[in-house]
Amino acid sequence: MKGSLIIISFFVLGIVCGVMHWLPDLNALGNVSFWTLCGLLFCVGITVGNNTTMLKTFRNLDPRLMLLPLMTIVGTLSATAIASIGLPHRSLTDCLAIGSGFGYYSLSSIFITQYRGPELGTVALLANIIREVFTLLGAPLLVKYFGPLAPISSGGATTMDTTLPIITRCSGQDFVIVSLFHGFLVDFSVPFLVTFFCTLD
Amino acid sequence: MLKVVAIMLSGMAVGYLLRKRRLRIVPHAVTVLIWALLFFLGVEAGQNPQVVGGIRDLGLEALWLSLTGIAGTVLFSWTLWRWISNGKRGKGGLKS
Repeated sequence: MKGSLIIISFFVLGIVCGVMHWLPDLNALGNVSFWTLCGLLFCVGITVGNNTTMLKTFRNLDPRLMLLPLMTIVGTLSATAIASIGLPHRSLTDCLAIGSGFGYYSLSSIFITQYRGPELGTVALLANIIREVFTLLGAPLLVKYFGPLAPISSGGATTMDTTLPIITRCSGQDFVIVSLFHGFLVDFSVPFLVTFFCTLD
Repeated sequence: MLKVVAIMLSGMAVGYLLRKRRLRIVPHAVTVLIWALLFFLGVEAGQNPQVVGGIRDLGLEALWLSLTGIAGTVLFSWTLWRWISNGKRGKGGLKS
């Protein structure tokens, strides 16, 4: 709980700095956050490589865990389809396109803005940021109540990079490979599914 | 994406080469880098006027769609997890 509060206070502090323009422009920062992400991935890589039992884990991975990306995609899309009933001014495909961002907010919102306009693009951006932030903050609770796979499916396309460290910490080292496998496949599906739903009428 | 995989792999190689040593500083570095990344995510959101202006009007819509999506996906993965852990009582989805 304390960890989550520290994380969210860093996020809120970032928003305040952004709104107040206390920091240089977006492009310069895009680089900084990219390099931070690289540093993070490198550190996660070290912890994985340092643990030699991990390699045995990969070899012994339950093949049923390979169904996880499918569970994530089907679970998100079916729930989003039901949720679209609550938004009568949005079409089913609008909602499905937003759902198929799977937390990959930058790419999905760019696609949706191009096909359906900036308003829906903004909803997509916010919805997918919320998904990522929710996963980062809620991972301990998701593991506690719904098992170690829950933060991985909640993290969607981000489980290969941004949410990987928190998943490693909450679900355990054993789930790093599943998380990478899952992130890779879901990430790959985002451009295809988003454009597919945007071109449907 | 290739770059991301390459960085991960090189980190794994470094970790493997140093496998004789306990690298206790690395988990702390991970925590600090998560803080930094969340801070930058906040800055990017705050600097984008489209996001700031849209938070009030479109935020609830986004919240609705993301929370239902997460609920659906967690339900499906929970079902998968119960299926896996019922079959074999191994830890971490591993074959015992």
